[in-house]
Amino acid sequence: MTGPTRRDMLLMGSAAMLPVPAMAQETPRRGGVLTVHFATEQRILNPSLQASTGVYIVGGKIQEALLDLDAQGNPVGTLAESWESAPDGLTHTFRLRRGVTWHDGRPFTSADVQFTAMEMWKKILNYGTTLQQFLEAVDTPDAHTAVFRYSRPMPQGLLLRALPDLGYISPKHVFESGDIRQNPANTAPIGTGPFRFVQYERGQFIIAERNPNYWRENMPYLDRIVWRVVGDRAAAAAQMEAGQILFAPYSSLSIADMQRLGRDPRFEATTRGNEGNVRTNTLEFNFRNPVLADIRVRRAIAHSLNVPFFIENFLGPFAKPGTGPIPSVSTDYYPGPDMPQYRFDTALANRLLDEAGHRRGAGGVRFTLRLHPAPWGEDIALWSTFIQQSLGQVGIRIEIVRLDAAGYLRTVYREHAFDLATGWHQYRSDPAVSTTVWYRSGSPVGAPWTNQWGWKDERIDAIIDAAATEVDPVKRRALYADFVRAVQTELPLWMPIEQIFVSVFNRRIRNAGNNPRWASSTWHDTWLAP
Amino acid sequence: MRVLRLAGRRLAASLPTLLLILMGMFLLLQFAPGDTVDALMAQIGGGDAAFAEEMRRFYGLDAGIAAQLWNYLLRLATLDLGFSAIYGKPVATVILERLPPTILLMASALSFAFFFGLVLGVIAARRVNRWPDTLISTLGLIFYATPSFWFGLMAIVVFSVYLQWLPAGGFSDITQSYTGIAAVLDIARHLVLPTLTLGLIFLAIYLRIMRASMLEVLSLDFVRTARAKGLSETRVVARHVLRNAMLPMVTLIGLQAGTMLGGSVVVESVFALPGLGRLAYESVVQRDLNTLLGIVFVSALLVIAINFVVDILYARLDPRISSES
Repeated sequence: MTGPTRRDMLLMGSAAMLPVPAMAQETPRRGGVLTVHFATEQRILNPSLQASTGVYIVGGKIQEALLDLDAQGNPVGTLAESWESAPDGLTHTFRLRRGVTWHDGRPFTSADVQFTAMEMWKKILNYGTTLQQFLEAVDTPDAHTAVFRYSRPMPQGLLLRALPDLGYISPKHVFESGDIRQNPANTAPIGTGPFRFVQYERGQFIIAERNPNYWRENMPYLDRIVWRVVGDRAAAAAQMEAGQILFAPYSSLSIADMQRLGRDPRFEATTRGNEGNVRTNTLEFNFRNPVLADIRVRRAIAHSLNVPFFIENFLGPFAKPGTGPIPSVSTDYYPGPDMPQYRFDTALANRLLDEAGHRRGAGGVRFTLRLHPAPWGEDIALWSTFIQQSLGQVGIRIEIVRLDAAGYLRTVYREHAFDLATGWHQYRSDPAVSTTVWYRSGSPVGAPWTNQWGWKDERIDAIIDAAATEVDPVKRRALYADFVRAVQTELPLWMPIEQIFVSVFNRRIRNAGNNPRWASSTWHDTWLAP
Repeated sequence: MRVLRLAGRRLAASLPTLLLILMGMFLLLQFAPGDTVDALMAQIGGGDAAFAEEMRRFYGLDAGIAAQLWNYLLRLATLDLGFSAIYGKPVATVILERLPPTILLMASALSFAFFFGLVLGVIAARRVNRWPDTLISTLGLIFYATPSFWFGLMAIVVFSVYLQWLPAGGFSDITQSYTGIAAVLDIARHLVLPTLTLGLIFLAIYLRIMRASMLEVLSLDFVRTARAKGLSETRVVARHVLRNAMLPMVTLIGLQAGTMLGGSVVVESVFALPGLGRLAYESVVQRDLNTLLGIVFVSALLVIAINFVVDILYARLDPRISSES
């Protein structure tokens, strides 16, 4: 037996929850070109306008946010040097870093923060529009102070956890005239970051080079970063082996290739550096179908699925059973595993279905449901066939309906023409940013990844609203525990698998994965060994 | 002048077809569930409903389908292909950027397939039912039966990963900046594997056609006459047989130009080439109607042009076929 076993990998995975800089003793070497796999091309590269990993992987090196996360996952200043919040949570003051210039030479000031927050985060940025819904104004008493004023309390913890992703600053002088969305700087970004944008050839590559005027002394170490657009997963794995790509972020390779390259001494396949980018696999129920509106049926479905078996045999070391909508990596809000759970028990499932009045008919079939799997990620395709096979055992016939991305979102979240759907819930630092929208009623029809189930629970709505504006961190944590207990009992949707994105590194990359959102972060201290 | 007039007439005759194709594509894409804003939402991982409505207005999707189609055709009449949703640039610019790799790949794959198909076909026909014929025919069958994506990936594994002779993908080496002859050689190196992958299946077809056609022509009376005149076997084959046997090959090129454009989607994906095929695929996935219709338009023009050249070649190869008729 050579190489680590699956068990070792699991242990390594958990040991890596707190990232430690690998080989910190070596002296960083300047120079070199870091080549990165860019799997899906984005329409724009500006992280102030579009919150997605596909944008951060490029734009996060060129533009900077007010804050980032340190190795332990705590907020650390980037463009903000310090911050303080009023006890009522209505004002938050950020002292900005001095002596920072944009790539075009203009100075970075509080006016840029004000403009970006009011015109981009509050009006355009996905997730930002919800987060900053009650942002009234950003005051700029001087060029290096920005005061955020809210009309309802904004918990400091929520704001600080959200800002590394939803707090990227764009230059006001570039964007203030004309339509923000059509500004050419959206695909040729201008920032304050360690790397300057050079060239974007659609369908081929993006190049950024070292910013010689970067505010951190003697950084960055790399000369250039080149993102190579490779749509085909197998071809990307081959390019890694040929040395044309040194880093494949966000599980961009196939599960088999990630495991194979992980056993190769030249590479490291790890969840380290992605702890801030966790996702859970969902099972979404449509309550418009009376069969599924019965809680016994939803629970029976959950009891029919052997989640540990599925993970062990299909997903390998990069996944583990989920215990609810707030994943275990969320140290501040994870309520622990002692919430209502649905273990694998087909006898119980059969009994529940019988009790609900769904007797087995011809061929042992009780009833038929349509299952829509989301088209992103091979784990979803595997999971949907596993659901089909497992539910067949308890007499529920499943018809799988496969659609592409646009078709899936339209059919499930706008037309509601589904019975079961399965995809990913991506946890974004705080339940109020990404998670409670899946449960809060009143979401407009067509908003993807929100409560479109035709289900409403006023008690749960009240908990969600209270938690979103609770400024006391202890009370807030308790509210989220109540929330998880309630939704795990009611089961409007189920999140039984927890996965952290996998990075495949060439081992020449140093300081790789040294913070929980490394793939999205600035890479100012990244360097390449010869 | 005569050729130009002919070209103009051809184009005019294809206009109704072109119009039908475009309208068909437009309606087909309407049947696909979801629009480009849904695709955008999927890509960015969500946004609220107001954002979606605003984006629909931004992309002009709030008009009815008939109005959208009518607007599109009106714009097309002024040769305006519209604005690409995913690229944020005029469609004509996007397509012009992507056209060179595709044309280069098509031309090199076609020439490769045509040249080697011809040579191997002639050799097989002259040694019919002996070992060279058996070998060539078997090889042809293997090439024909191999799926091109698999062949491409295997070629990458062997020549890029193990032997490290050739790059695994891309159109040029982006870590270096070459100029002049070095840049040309660099692109050529990147095109070797894609050309082989795309060309082999066509090579197999050409060699089968060439072999059959040679055998048929070799049995004709005028060949016997030529031999009776005392011409050498090489001269008989080169001057008399080859020219006549090439007619079906030329026909095939015209027919397969379209197929090759389609086949290049796979090859462009595997080798990460920035060509028209991949652009078409992305446009479908992203529901970028303008770009997709633009590609269909340009591809149709390309196929019409190739078939026109084929017609002229016909007349050259066989004077009995007049390009006027």
